[in-house]
Amino acid sequence: MTTAELPSADRGWPASPRRVALGWAFVERQTNLWKRYWGWEVVWLLYGVVNTLAITFIAREAGQSGVISHTQERRLTLFLLIGTLVWAYLSAVLDDMSLVIMWERWEGTIEHTLMAPVPRAVHLIGMSAFGILHATARTALILACSLPFFHVDLGHANWLAAALVIAVGSLSLIGLGILTGILPMLYPERGEQMSFMVQALVLLVSGVYYAVNVLPGWLQGASAASPATYLLRGIRSAVIDGHGLGAQASTLAVLAVFGVVLVPASLVAFSAAERWARKTGRLKRQG
Amino acid sequence: MVQSLAATPSTGGQADATYASPPLALDVRGVVKEFAPPLARRLTSKSRRTAYRAVNDVSFEVPSGAIFGVIGANGSGKSTLIRILSTLLLPDAGEVRVFGRDVVKQPLEVRRLINRVSADPSFFRPMSAVENLLFFGRAYGLTGEQTRRESLALLEQLGLDERRAREPMLKMSRGQQQKVAVARAFLTRPRLLLLDEPTTGLDPRSKRDVQRFVADIRREHGVTILLTTHDMEEAELLCDRIAFLAEGRIVAEGTPLQLREQVADGRAVDDVDMEDVFMTFTGRRLDEDEEGNPDDNG
Repeated sequence: MTTAELPSADRGWPASPRRVALGWAFVERQTNLWKRYWGWEVVWLLYGVVNTLAITFIAREAGQSGVISHTQERRLTLFLLIGTLVWAYLSAVLDDMSLVIMWERWEGTIEHTLMAPVPRAVHLIGMSAFGILHATARTALILACSLPFFHVDLGHANWLAAALVIAVGSLSLIGLGILTGILPMLYPERGEQMSFMVQALVLLVSGVYYAVNVLPGWLQGASAASPATYLLRGIRSAVIDGHGLGAQASTLAVLAVFGVVLVPASLVAFSAAERWARKTGRLKRQG
Repeated sequence: MVQSLAATPSTGGQADATYASPPLALDVRGVVKEFAPPLARRLTSKSRRTAYRAVNDVSFEVPSGAIFGVIGANGSGKSTLIRILSTLLLPDAGEVRVFGRDVVKQPLEVRRLINRVSADPSFFRPMSAVENLLFFGRAYGLTGEQTRRESLALLEQLGLDERRAREPMLKMSRGQQQKVAVARAFLTRPRLLLLDEPTTGLDPRSKRDVQRFVADIRREHGVTILLTTHDMEEAELLCDRIAFLAEGRIVAEGTPLQLREQVADGRAVDDVDMEDVFMTFTGRRLDEDEEGNPDDNG
């Protein structure tokens, strides 16, 4: 028989280092899961590279056919390259949240995960942390594979400002990721499609492949409500125009506000959705 | 080692004063759970508009260290009851306390004290047993090293060697996966273990391994166990007391001997087996129940 002892009367919960350790459980689990699905990771990487090349070559075509000047071609190349990479990053963060919850529903582990004594905020932030790390790694690989195909001028880029924009902007992506995770928790069959719809809307209004001022007026209003708009604006400003932290202050401030509002709001929304699921018996295995 | 369960975990003095000495492991009082039919059915079908009452005014008590059986036909409300005790489902009425903690008001406290094995072992099956258990060990506050060491020891006890434990669970039989589920539940050192038909569908040897393990952990660790099963022999072998559930209500409760005496009806008690008791209290034959939908474990 095991020598494992029963739990002590008070195990010191919930001290902060313990919460970090609890959050790490989710990062480690997702890492182990993705290692087992490495084939899919290769497929998604290949898809990301092909998507990046296919879109960014539009700039070369425009330059070679004389529609735009050589200088404009280089600028457009960077504009599209940043758009595809940020989109790859954003999609990976959002997909990681919704896909894992969908998997949990499918495999039936969601009941065991939700009945573990982990505060929901720690659980969700842990999953988001993996999403950010995974998205960063995948996007860096896409960039590394795509960059040799283009002559881009990165000499003016302000990398510190770009990194800060990504860091602050990622907070709001965590909030969006948690919100999209609600859908597959409540609607196992349709939830994933619904989260794709959310992504599609963000893609349309955020200026991923074009400046948002080409959108109809009413859509520009929606564009202002998307954190991805400011994330893209900030990164392009830092990498293409070389703007530093001073010039990015307003963009950073807006992104910070999005993060400060979206993260707690998404945690509250997820907890409310979980309570409703517990009330209506929706946490059963599906599949 | 056996640890006294008289001293319950301290959680800031939130336990009810009525549980001062020593609290029941499980105190279920007047629990009711209804499920409303889907909106579309409510709009289109006259016959299915009313809510379905899965658990109907259920009350019972389980003292620390006991094994309490809940037996009922498919759809009788056993699994719904277990989900309520697991904090996965909110009751519509009534109260459930686990070692004095309210499952609705103090779910996080309760979750530290319980774990569950269901009839259907649920894992990320592309991952190995060790990888799956690593997550759950950490989620319950164990370190990685501690979890690996204890997982391998538990799996070994249940008849799974290290090589098997490090392979993807997709390669395991259902019986082996169920053993990993039992290991997962005990790894987290629960005070109350909820076993929802843990041996359903297992081959005789796996079933015996799991039953022996359950008896061992109660004997050596004093873990309180709530067991639902269709196996009458298993219920009689393991349970101190048994409650029969029919249509969401407890229709009989007692020790196996008391229950046999209740249905003996002039026969010698030794001539009455638990299948007779099952049929008497649930109104169904055992084989009829086993022919039911295996997914509908009530």
